[in-house]
Amino acid sequence: MSLGPDDVKNIAHLARLNIDESDIESYAESLSSILDLVEQMNTVDTTDVLPMAHPMDVSQRLRADEVLEENQREHFQKIAPKTEDGLYLVPKVIE
Amino acid sequence: MEWETVIGLEIHAQLRTKSKIFSSASTAYGAEPNTQACAVDLGLPGVLPVVNAEAIRMAAKFGLATGSNVAKRSVFARKNYFYPDLPKGYQISQMDLPIVESGNIEIELEDGTKKTVGITRAHLEEDAGKSLHEDFHGLTGIDLNRAGTPLLEIVSEPDMRSAKEAVAYMKKIHSLVQYLDICDGNMAEGSFRCDANVSVRPKGQKEFGTRAELKNINSFRFVERAINIEVERQIDLIEDGGEVVQETRLYDADKNETRSMRSKEEANDYRYFPDPDLLPVILDDAYLEEVRATLPELPEARRQRFVTEFELSDYDAGILTSSRAMADYFEATVAATSSDAKTVANWIMGDLSSRLNKEDIDITQSPVSSAMLATLLNKIADKTISGKMAKDVFNGLWNNEGDVDGIIDKMGGGQITDDAAIEAMIDEVIANSPGQLEQYRSGKDKLFGYFVGQVMKASQGKANPALVNGMLKKKLNG
Amino acid sequence: MYHQKTLAELAAMLEAGDVTSVELTQAFLDRIKQYDGELNSFITVTEAQALAHAKAADEKRAAGNAGPLTGIPIAHKDIFCTLDVKTTCGSKMLDNFDAPYNATVVEKLLAAGVVMLGKTNMDEFAMGSSNETSFYGPVKNPWNTNAVPGGSSGGSASCVAARLAPASTGTDTGGSIRQPASLCGITGLKPTYGRVSRYGMIAFASSLDQAGPMAHTAEDCAIMLNAMAGFDPRDSTSLDKAVPDYTADLNKPLAGLKIGLPREYFGEGLDAGVAGVVNTAIEQYRKMGAEIIDITLPNTHLAVPVYYVVAPAECSSNLSRFDGVRFGHRCDDPKDLEDMYKRSRGEGFGAEVKRRIMVGTYALSAGYYDAYYIKAQQLRRMISDDFSKAFEQVDVIMGPASPETAFNIGEKSDDPISMYLSDIYTIAVNLAGLPGISIPAGFSNNMPVGLQIIARHFDESRLLNVAHQYQQNTDWHKQSPDAFA
Repeated sequence: MSLGPDDVKNIAHLARLNIDESDIESYAESLSSILDLVEQMNTVDTTDVLPMAHPMDVSQRLRADEVLEENQREHFQKIAPKTEDGLYLVPKVIE
Repeated sequence: MEWETVIGLEIHAQLRTKSKIFSSASTAYGAEPNTQACAVDLGLPGVLPVVNAEAIRMAAKFGLATGSNVAKRSVFARKNYFYPDLPKGYQISQMDLPIVESGNIEIELEDGTKKTVGITRAHLEEDAGKSLHEDFHGLTGIDLNRAGTPLLEIVSEPDMRSAKEAVAYMKKIHSLVQYLDICDGNMAEGSFRCDANVSVRPKGQKEFGTRAELKNINSFRFVERAINIEVERQIDLIEDGGEVVQETRLYDADKNETRSMRSKEEANDYRYFPDPDLLPVILDDAYLEEVRATLPELPEARRQRFVTEFELSDYDAGILTSSRAMADYFEATVAATSSDAKTVANWIMGDLSSRLNKEDIDITQSPVSSAMLATLLNKIADKTISGKMAKDVFNGLWNNEGDVDGIIDKMGGGQITDDAAIEAMIDEVIANSPGQLEQYRSGKDKLFGYFVGQVMKASQGKANPALVNGMLKKKLNG
Repeated sequence: MYHQKTLAELAAMLEAGDVTSVELTQAFLDRIKQYDGELNSFITVTEAQALAHAKAADEKRAAGNAGPLTGIPIAHKDIFCTLDVKTTCGSKMLDNFDAPYNATVVEKLLAAGVVMLGKTNMDEFAMGSSNETSFYGPVKNPWNTNAVPGGSSGGSASCVAARLAPASTGTDTGGSIRQPASLCGITGLKPTYGRVSRYGMIAFASSLDQAGPMAHTAEDCAIMLNAMAGFDPRDSTSLDKAVPDYTADLNKPLAGLKIGLPREYFGEGLDAGVAGVVNTAIEQYRKMGAEIIDITLPNTHLAVPVYYVVAPAECSSNLSRFDGVRFGHRCDDPKDLEDMYKRSRGEGFGAEVKRRIMVGTYALSAGYYDAYYIKAQQLRRMISDDFSKAFEQVDVIMGPASPETAFNIGEKSDDPISMYLSDIYTIAVNLAGLPGISIPAGFSNNMPVGLQIIARHFDESRLLNVAHQYQQNTDWHKQSPDAFA
């Protein structure tokens, strides 16, 4: 599987990553070589094999519906890039 | 050409759990911004979700009440996209294995015809936060209090053929989730929201037309209007030789038009995959039976009971049971009053409902409680006040002017039902109207009204009209 | 000379009153000052807090409330959130991030009375096998400062090997505890998935990540694991299973132990020197009464390809939260929302992290999901089933932890694939969620070689017993690099 510069740009956009134009080519190369490595998977027939999402075959434990958290806004917003009146500020969201 | 409209609805019902679906932060509405967004809701590095048992139970309740298949094994998946009110850059939702699948619900149209609408699925997911666009120096403010509130997304089959059907379906689901006590149904606060998938096709054609998705329509009235205006737009477009594009559109209530949401035009690739932080939710038969046993009486059963137990018409019973809160109000009033059920029903469907509608408030917020209404109806029943006075007392109650007795006192006391007092007034009126008495006795029956009027005037309107009528007739006829 | 002691020995000295925690803590802080300029194994040293906690530990001991770890100084990998202490995950993205809470592992060790010396260097977001992807610069291997310490827990391995800390915490997603332990000549344990809480451990690949101890001996790891392990209601994948005393079985004799040697772990790609050391170690086990059995793990060669779908897929999503909105790096003067996302992330993440995010994004995207992600999940089950079958025949599986000894800094940094292959023997263990340990087994060309031992799910006691018995009969774990004596 070989990825070209346009593929890299599309993926980088989907992942919201700014990639310098001058680096696109080298990413295309390294991503392609990783996908080549991954290609080996196709040498094995996996028909009827159940996909395994977790290493343990266990089920979700459920939590009691209780409010246990207290307001920690000041503490949490101390590390925020930009806040005002308790809100996180971001560039204008256009609907 | 004759066109047929095809509508499917996606309803988002916020589940009324105390805490969020994946964290122990409060879901209470209206708190100061970000004071109910805990580390998990903020998606801080390293935090992990744990599923709220009550959200699962509520979803199961909905499934059982709609005859759906409640999945023994359901899986949470991540829906990946970037948006500032989505803290983790993904929404935890359900994709391939939702908790509820293939149910149905019967709706009733205004003309009384019934129709079954299929429920494709209902899945659990977390709500996003809110973007506030007021002026923050040209920036947007993000409040994440709502982030992580549990939602049940109820997806219908494209079974509806008119805006009216869509509204009837939405109302039915709205009523059901409140009956089940899994959603407060508060549309103004966004607890119950709806997206509509709308398309048109030439009548008789099998294939569906291209659909547009109308986003976030949060009142019954707007759903009807939005769909109608969108249908009009699509038909005009096609008839002018255009083509409907599959897209998300926003309904603008002020302009009564739908418009394309350009920011979302770009094809989304949500990259769903099972959330590795969560494990499959496994429900067994014993659990489902236990949930089934907690299901309340559902609207249809309650309606039947109202007909038999309270001897109401099917129509009245239907209206009274259309919301759980109204049915509860009715039953509470009936239990507390000596008045008959039909009178209670008339008051609720009449004065109370029109007042609630006019001021656009829910019966649960009615300033006149069921206990107040019961007391008021008792005063009519024991003839303390007349029906006409009762309407004034009701207004007083509505305006918080005091309790029933207090308002009656303020109005100068209750109705005069004392025979002797009424007789004295009658005697005086007759004594003061010799001419009219003579004319009446000589056959001018119409003058009876004159005498009633005089007596009522003398009593300042408080004499019991029935008593006045009876006694006056006797006196006049000598 | 406290620094040459094991954690167990230091604990005994504290208990006997031969040393105070403050003295011990100061001694290690001094060594960090003296040597870490050269090694770069710490990102943050928390001197003031360490001394305050040491003082508190001494008071606790005086009051008669001490446990085995009370007053023992250790280092935490900088992947664990530490309350109000800078937590970088080796990334520029979090260079300004003072975590607002403690990870469960940190909390548990704190409750056990441990003193934190600082936060150790690591590959950025734990993505790497050499510690070269760290925003804070590469870490040096104390056995040869031109060589890498391995990764991603390279700082944790390096500081323990150089005796700058008696023990440290690490995390292992594809070998990130065992491979650096092997390359630095220390003992590193990756527990069963679900044994140690992941809460507060910055996620790389959620279905693979697991925290564990790194120390000189299996006994030290057992003492650490006693405090680290256990159910956490905040982690849905943590298992509600009683924690045994991991020191209890250390001295059980090995007679009759069945050791499986997967032939796939001794084939092409394995350095001859490493093979020689591992074979000698296995010979030692035979002498100690173990039975050696030839086994096969036929899908071993697929572990790396599967891992490079599963781990990037999960990380592409896990790292979406680093968006410059609520914490972490935000670019200067974003012109709009998209610009803020792209530049904040573009500037905050290094090349390897970006590469893996992009691989994962691609593998999950429409049209490729089945071919990559589902296929990988299916093969993951086959790899896991291979182990289940093997464990029907044997009690533990042994082999090399890494195909070669520590390579030189810069040697592989331009070739991601050859870097990925250095985890070829460790990755399958993560895919299957099994516990694994690497213990020092000798040297090849003067660089340490680790022996990897793998056990059944939740059989850490056996793993530690098997490792401890070897350490009772050999002294590889006692070797320390002369330059840092």
